[in-house]
Amino acid sequence: MLSYLINGISLGSVYAIIALGYTMVYGIAKMLNFAHGDVIMVGGYMAYITSSYLGLPYGVAILISIAVCTLLGIFIEKLAYKPLRSATSLAVLITAIGVSYFLQNAALLIWSSNPKAFPNMVNFGTLELGNIRITSASIITFLSCVVIMVALTLFTNKTKMGKAMKAVSEDKGAAQLMGINVNATISLTFAIGSGLAAIAGVLLCSSYPNLTPTTGSMPGIKAFTAAVFGGIGSIPGAMLGGIILGIIEILSKAYISTELSDAIVFAVLIVILIVKPTGLLGKKVTEKV
Amino acid sequence: MPNKDIKLVSVPSPNFVPERDLGKPLVLEVSHLGIDFGGLTAVDDFNMAIGATEIAGLIGPNGAGKTTVFNLLTKVYQPTRGTILLNGKDTAGMNTIQVNREGIARTFQNIRLFDSLTVEDNVKIGLHNSMNYHMYHGILRLPKYWKEEKAAHEKAMDLLKIFDMEDMANAKAGSLPYGAQRRLEIVRALATSPKLLLLDEPAAGMNPSETAELMENIEKIRDTFQIAIMLIEHDMNLVMGVCESIAVLNFGKIIAKGTPAEIQNNPQVIEAYLGAKKEED
Amino acid sequence: MKKHTKNSFLNYGIIILFFVIFQTLVSTKHISNSLQGQLIPICVYIVMALSLNLVVGISGELSLGHAGFMSVGAFSGVIVSTALKHSVENGALRLLIAVIVGAIIASVAGVIIGIPVLRLRGDYLAIVTLAFGEIIKNFLNVLYVGVDAKGLHFSLKDEASLGLDIATGTTIVNGPMGAVGITKISTFFSAIILVIVTLFIIQNLVYSRTGRAIKAIRDNRIAAEACGLNVTKYKLVAFVVSAALAGSAGALYALNYSTVVPKKFDFNTSILILVFVVLGGIGNLTGSIIAAALLTVLPELLRAFSDYRMLVYAIVLILVMLITNNEKARILTTEFKYRLKIKKKSIGNKEVSE
Repeated sequence: MLSYLINGISLGSVYAIIALGYTMVYGIAKMLNFAHGDVIMVGGYMAYITSSYLGLPYGVAILISIAVCTLLGIFIEKLAYKPLRSATSLAVLITAIGVSYFLQNAALLIWSSNPKAFPNMVNFGTLELGNIRITSASIITFLSCVVIMVALTLFTNKTKMGKAMKAVSEDKGAAQLMGINVNATISLTFAIGSGLAAIAGVLLCSSYPNLTPTTGSMPGIKAFTAAVFGGIGSIPGAMLGGIILGIIEILSKAYISTELSDAIVFAVLIVILIVKPTGLLGKKVTEKV
Repeated sequence: MPNKDIKLVSVPSPNFVPERDLGKPLVLEVSHLGIDFGGLTAVDDFNMAIGATEIAGLIGPNGAGKTTVFNLLTKVYQPTRGTILLNGKDTAGMNTIQVNREGIARTFQNIRLFDSLTVEDNVKIGLHNSMNYHMYHGILRLPKYWKEEKAAHEKAMDLLKIFDMEDMANAKAGSLPYGAQRRLEIVRALATSPKLLLLDEPAAGMNPSETAELMENIEKIRDTFQIAIMLIEHDMNLVMGVCESIAVLNFGKIIAKGTPAEIQNNPQVIEAYLGAKKEED
Repeated sequence: MKKHTKNSFLNYGIIILFFVIFQTLVSTKHISNSLQGQLIPICVYIVMALSLNLVVGISGELSLGHAGFMSVGAFSGVIVSTALKHSVENGALRLLIAVIVGAIIASVAGVIIGIPVLRLRGDYLAIVTLAFGEIIKNFLNVLYVGVDAKGLHFSLKDEASLGLDIATGTTIVNGPMGAVGITKISTFFSAIILVIVTLFIIQNLVYSRTGRAIKAIRDNRIAAEACGLNVTKYKLVAFVVSAALAGSAGALYALNYSTVVPKKFDFNTSILILVFVVLGGIGNLTGSIIAAALLTVLPELLRAFSDYRMLVYAIVLILVMLITNNEKARILTTEFKYRLKIKKKSIGNKEVSE
């Protein structure tokens, strides 16, 4: 039971890191960035080729992967989303889906659909506590998730750039009038979100070493539901939502049914949203009449 | 059943009920109405009665809680305290939809039209609940559909005539000029055949000649439809010109009630609007 | 004639023309096999796009689980059709029954999902419809159905636990393998009929009291409530009618193949249908028809690009969105239209003055 819980927290931490990226982008650009899951996949491949083909050490491989994804995030935003700033949210959503298809199919052409065996990049042995074994991957995943959350919270609350981000997410027009560079702030958000996706990609593939062009899509969708679950736009909410989702998934796989685990995860999400329509830690928005 | 004696006690200042309404039941009796948002009391101890064909005004400085009163009457917000009797019937527990069916229709301060629908369709939405055919009549285009739609069309055109808007019937509501949008909102509200019409700043953004025309039309509506009208307005010419009774709201409380003449000379009202006179003046 | 009546007839016209052209091509054998195989799916996707447009365009709610209703219709249609194989010999009649049952079961699913879901707004509604789509798919992945002389058998475990009679039993739905051993009874003609019925229902609904209420709620919920409209009821009506039509399309779709797997109706399919609706123009039925038809055959047409075709599809999708939704592009096109108008007018004036 305890070991399932630990697995759940570990998987949940990955969801949480992805969900943080989703939540930040949603908070600032009010868009569902469906391509976010595919950035995870790109991050995985980047770390894979730099380490397995180029033989670079894991640390360097991870850094390169983060750098590439950060640039990719900025690039996607500039090319596909920025021209649609004034368009309907549905138009942006479809464009994001287009970007997602593009990344998946480009990966398919470059790396083929054969799964790649991803090396465990965060393997430093196993911690044994009595009869419970905790892999270092689990521990590092959880720790990085906590560190990232704390860092992001501090960043948005304490730094000037972070405060600008908050201001832009509240009201773009007003922020611009206050002299905030809205475009730069949005780019920064995409950069951070995509960098986080790369980290998530490495951590995800270290625990589940099957890398294919569609690796990112299902965790992407689940992380998004995690973000909604915790209250979209909220950083602690994304973390909480991610971890709860991970635990539910692993426990239902262990005790109920492997095939139905996704259904159970989504069912819990629906129940939460019906009881609390803005998610666990979401702010209530009332429409002014 | 509400006790008539209590009602008279609960209204502190005598309300102005025009002579033609004597002997008719009051359309609206509000007592001790109040709402808190968190710790903030937006409206408190609001008492008001409106006669069956009375035109009443609700005035006060910005942020006094006037629109909140409308939102309470139409149950956009559920009141924290107090009772609202509509034609003697308690509206406690009702929602916006039910209150409308009981006879309150309203317009909005920030215009809320169905922008992508035509002017005629906007009015037909007001007529929706008086139309009497089912979904399958519509899908199968049964005779009842044609009959009811034709009747609704004629009714809508009649209503649009009040403001001479028949020729705009096929225009998109969102494309109308500002003044016409405000008028269309009134027509739409009238189409729900209300007993009490709430107008939230009907003259906002209108020029003096449009406002003068609106004043005439408000009286015309009351006379034609025999309904009560309550309006929020900052244009004092309009308020003093058409209202038979006025309540002044400040910081969520009624500070004065009376006829236009009484309100104009009330020192508390002048203070609320212009600030207290300084000693040295 | 009113503009919307003209549009309605235009839509019927397009479908009939489409049928006449392709029926002629088929009977004169001037059509490639792969394209002929696409005719029924095209009709099915047109129905899917039209019905989703009722929710997304007319009712203004984003649904990301439309394929879920399609799968409910598909599987119930197959079960009914296989179960009635011996009692109803006539294929067309059996298809009709299957399509109607598919529609009914899907609309039941629509009510069950719609009642809790429609209280949510915007993106939350979208994510919950997505979740429901996934739940339905997951559920179908563990569903086993068989029929024998004693009637229908259901199980959520495996094929063996159905306990079918060996001599008379047939497995209809086999978990992740999906519906198997389907007798193909869908025809191009029946698919066209379904498209026309769908158009008939949606167009007449939209231009009636109910449709007007649905559109009014989309435009301004608060004003609609103030006018006494029952917001939840009309949102549910749009959602359930849409689900029912998707269910009927699903049944027709499944009965065009010998096997159908639950994975066919996943999130990607929901998105694909949404893309049809958005590219065709939200709320624009003619647009949905054209977009669904073109985009269903587009991957076929892009066959020349073989491996690159999905990449090209993605690029086309992004470019179309950028061009049609960009502020600058929009200004340019409006300007162009305006100039065209002036030109026409000046030509007209000349004629008058001469």
